[in-house]
Amino acid sequence: MPKDGGIGASTVRREDVRFLTGTGQYCDDMNMFGQTSAVFARSTVANGVIKSIDTSAAEAMPGVLAVFTGEDFVEVGGNPAGWLINSRDGEPMKEPKRPVLAHGKVRHVGDAYAAVIAETIEQAKDAVEAIEADIEELPALVNMKDALAADHYVHDEIGTNQCFDWGWIEDNRAATDAAIKGAHHVTTLELVNNRLVPNAMEPRCSMAQYNRANDEYVLHTTSQNPHLTRLLISAFVLGIPENKLTVIAPDVGGGFGSKIYHYGEEALVLAAAKKIGRPVKWTADRTEAFLTDAHGRDHVTKIELAMDKDGNFLAFRTETMANVGAYLSNFSTATPTFLHGTLMAGNYTVPNVYVNVKAVFTNTAPVDAYRGAGRPEATFSLERVIDKAAREIGMDPIELRRKNFIKPDQYPFASAAGLEYDSGNYDALMDQMEKVADVAGFEARRKASEKKGKLRGFGVNAYIEACGIAPSNLVGVLGSRVGLYDAATVRVNATGNLSVMVGAHSHGQGHETAFPQVVAEMLGIDPQSIDIVHGDTSKIPFGMGTYGSRSLAVCGSAVVRATEKIINKAKKIAAHMLEASDGDIELKDGVFSVAGTDKSVTFGEVALKAYIPHEFPLEDIEPGLEETAFYDPANFTYPSGAYCCEVEVDPETGKVTVESMTAVDDFGNVINPMIVTGQVHGGLGQGIGQALLENTTYDENGQLLSASYMDYVMPRADDLPFYTVDHSQGNACTHNPLGVKGCGEAGAIGSPPTVVNAVIDALQSGGKSVTHIDMPMTPHRVWSAMQNA
Amino acid sequence: MYAFDIERPATVAEAVAALSNEDAQALGGGQTLIPTLKQRLASPEKLVSLTGVAEMKGISSAGGVLTIGGGTTHDDVAADGSYKALSELAANIGDPAVRSRGTIGGSIANNDPSACYPAAALGSGATIVTNEREIAADDYFVGMFETALDEGEIITAVKFPIPEKANYQKFVQPASRFALVGVFVAKTADGVRVAVTGASNEGVHRWTAAEEALSKDFSAGALDGLTVSADDLIADLHGSAEYRAHLVAVMTKRAVAAAS
Amino acid sequence: MTKVTMTINGKSVSGEVEGRTLLSSFLREDLHLTGTHIGCDTSQCGACVVHVDGKPVKSCTMFAAEADGADVATIEGQANADGSLNVIQAAFQEHHGLQCGFCTPGMVMSAAALLKDNHKPSEAEVREYLEGNICRCTGYHNIVKAIMAASGQDVSAIAAE
Repeated sequence: MPKDGGIGASTVRREDVRFLTGTGQYCDDMNMFGQTSAVFARSTVANGVIKSIDTSAAEAMPGVLAVFTGEDFVEVGGNPAGWLINSRDGEPMKEPKRPVLAHGKVRHVGDAYAAVIAETIEQAKDAVEAIEADIEELPALVNMKDALAADHYVHDEIGTNQCFDWGWIEDNRAATDAAIKGAHHVTTLELVNNRLVPNAMEPRCSMAQYNRANDEYVLHTTSQNPHLTRLLISAFVLGIPENKLTVIAPDVGGGFGSKIYHYGEEALVLAAAKKIGRPVKWTADRTEAFLTDAHGRDHVTKIELAMDKDGNFLAFRTETMANVGAYLSNFSTATPTFLHGTLMAGNYTVPNVYVNVKAVFTNTAPVDAYRGAGRPEATFSLERVIDKAAREIGMDPIELRRKNFIKPDQYPFASAAGLEYDSGNYDALMDQMEKVADVAGFEARRKASEKKGKLRGFGVNAYIEACGIAPSNLVGVLGSRVGLYDAATVRVNATGNLSVMVGAHSHGQGHETAFPQVVAEMLGIDPQSIDIVHGDTSKIPFGMGTYGSRSLAVCGSAVVRATEKIINKAKKIAAHMLEASDGDIELKDGVFSVAGTDKSVTFGEVALKAYIPHEFPLEDIEPGLEETAFYDPANFTYPSGAYCCEVEVDPETGKVTVESMTAVDDFGNVINPMIVTGQVHGGLGQGIGQALLENTTYDENGQLLSASYMDYVMPRADDLPFYTVDHSQGNACTHNPLGVKGCGEAGAIGSPPTVVNAVIDALQSGGKSVTHIDMPMTPHRVWSAMQNA
Repeated sequence: MYAFDIERPATVAEAVAALSNEDAQALGGGQTLIPTLKQRLASPEKLVSLTGVAEMKGISSAGGVLTIGGGTTHDDVAADGSYKALSELAANIGDPAVRSRGTIGGSIANNDPSACYPAAALGSGATIVTNEREIAADDYFVGMFETALDEGEIITAVKFPIPEKANYQKFVQPASRFALVGVFVAKTADGVRVAVTGASNEGVHRWTAAEEALSKDFSAGALDGLTVSADDLIADLHGSAEYRAHLVAVMTKRAVAAAS
Repeated sequence: MTKVTMTINGKSVSGEVEGRTLLSSFLREDLHLTGTHIGCDTSQCGACVVHVDGKPVKSCTMFAAEADGADVATIEGQANADGSLNVIQAAFQEHHGLQCGFCTPGMVMSAAALLKDNHKPSEAEVREYLEGNICRCTGYHNIVKAIMAASGQDVSAIAAE
């Protein structure tokens, strides 16, 4: 390992220094010469017909430079859905146009129908108030069931509120039905996977510049994937040629999915910058973030688990309604389908799985992937119904899971939901969890809680998830409209330091530290001599960005491939310098040597030779030392884990406190354990938030009641415990060169059912016959459940 | 925010003069008013900042009465400690940064139905002192966001008679950290006062049935069987009226048990 | 416009502000001290916490005019004189108490305010003190740990790599 930490070292993060000293450069921290401000006029009704918009008064206001309405964007394209889903009857999903600015109708509170560009933000706000919009309010479609039954539509032109009716796997439907019909025991659970707002702490911000001299645009924007944003703007929305548009995602203050997507504000500031010939900046306030960032989850589900008399799983059958909101966000159709249905076999040898998902348009903000994206919904349904089943048949919940686990000798394992799991050992994870969480000591802790007047519960969960969605060939067949590879360029500079340009984007994940650890390990050099470049389409190769716990598994693999190419070429150069054959050159600790001799040259000497190629075999080797690789994985990676937690419930108030939370995960090989642990911590915080605190509430008129931190319950430090995180039980991924699995979402996937299972356990220990409480399990909900039990 | 001017008077007299303009509005610590201005829900022409008025700051104690200047921050009340229940209440308002700026006068003038200080003032039987008069807490809190203050009238101080025992129990609304239900209980030689915040559409109010029971027997057990009607209690996404009614009883018992 | 003068990170600065100019806007837009961040409109996220006359304040909920004459400290002035990270900043790095970094300036400023008054805060005291600082990335574990470590307490028993 290099002196400052290669693979496996908990190297502290180099990016921290700028964030800790206030010198990070987030989008809103930058101002351009001549910059103007954009402010949007947003609908205050959930559903309405735009009868007229009079902007003349606004245009005459001080400082106003331009006013746009939906009319200005009729000729440009819509913001597309990235994944085509076909319904069970073979019909393609409904894809109504998502315009830059609403035109004809507004479809959710916050839907932008006009925008003002002014010298200052306050002038723009003043002018927005002067826009006279005659919008006739229509009844709002908020609840999915009502929307499916309604005879009026979010999008009139499609004549339905159902986007698609998807079956997975349709050919397994009859066998699953039959297995359930003939089963010894069937456990049924109806549940809601609550709608969440991602709430990255940095609100979205987009700033556009237009250079008339060469017809070029630069967009600084809060994005997890600048190339994808550029592609969507270029190929679908504005038609700006890709070679004329640079998209830069600088320091980005968290994403959690919400900054994957292209949003209309990005297109608006670009169009406005060209029209007025000056830079245009828009920064969301938190209310706009609540109203317009893509939300997450929002499934209403019925799941059935069929078992034989011994508790062997025979079938899972799931019916889900998934809310897609008012418009299709870029991956909103993939999330409830291929990222959800394919995981519905869990960690189990169950032979029959069938999932039906109906996606529903409503007059609410668009819903898309949020940390976990489909897999939390799958895990929650499975692990809640299994827990309920264990109670119904009187079997210990850990034992019931173990009984049905896929065993280590069964890999690769073809799941009944269509995936091929490459590696894992779920019993070993459960063993480790029982050990580090001292599960054996629970009863004593329960008694201690009871002495204080509290009910204590223990909850357990086993999850598997799928990260780094791939390969492109397969996802293409399944409806994806993009490829899911990533890319890296390793540039060795003449003086021996390296710039590594990557397609993944780091907005908290620590790539600037972890990726150099990989390269340093391979080259045997100081990681401090390696810098990561990301986020700027003019500097980096075309990559698909960061989401779905893909960065290390996919982009990291591209880094490995590019570095391998560097090593191969460097060996040729070294062989020439040492007058030896390339096959005899060995690389160790940054030194190339001829095997069995003391002849050697350093990595730095080879680099210099590559750029000052005097006495260079130009006929065999090109000068320079720079290589690019694109990596398209053979399969997903399949992290898995065993989680448990203990809660206390105050029986007088219904308040739940999480007393302990243990996460034992199989992430395969780990590059930087400190960063991986931090990723799990963050996921746990969000997962506990979903289970106990967070909810997105629209009233019957489609008004968002939880539209600020005064009502949307963000987890705070005093809501959460210290966690116990363990990833000692890794089984290397078999198909990527690092043997790594995704770790970014695991905590958010594994924790919600763990917490709910623990609360149910606590209430039952108190003699209450409560079998389910929907998330978030607020004090009010827990108290109400206890009153009714 | 709409544009406005800020004046920073140094004395109460200057502040009163500045507020005589009908489009002027007093600015205390600003922890409620500034977010409101950001939403463009208010459009004063002039804000009169009271933070520079030295005579409205500070805490003094005489004859069993604690007098707190209207411009005294939550932080300073929390640090004082001479009226323990009040200091503990102040130490749990908002968060540390809010407590550095927010003032007792601002809170009581605003009379948010979920704020903590109104419960302390009403529960303690405090007297609200303004630039013009003294108002008993029982007469001061009129309803949700409504008080007996006239236009331009400034709370210069609040006088708290220090009770024999008192305690405040807050069950937080988990997002805003205001009280979902808060109950202030004070036992004095004249009897017991119980003030409830967070629960009612009428704002802070006294729970007289509990006061009567506790005046006879100051113990949590004295409240057994006493319930609060859910009629006219607040129902929102954080709790139903019934839940709030239940919490009023629970928090009152806890306050009695913890009173010291 | 009103002229204001204040001391920021030890240096005297002056500027012309409107009545409605927030202290956070003055810092970010006029003085280009963009380490102070804006994450909400309701005075709750705490990304904008600075110190005014030694006390933690949400700079988005105070007018610049009200800071006239005040002594203001921001994240940009926290490092040691030689530019190295101060003890709190170093503990945040050592214990991975930040990820995206957006809430971090406010967290560091709140931590500094806490440790000034409470030299050895317990876990519960740290968590309670951070009530007004929201982080979406870390689940708070490493923030709490870093602050306890910065106070000189042995945090080796608190689980993490």
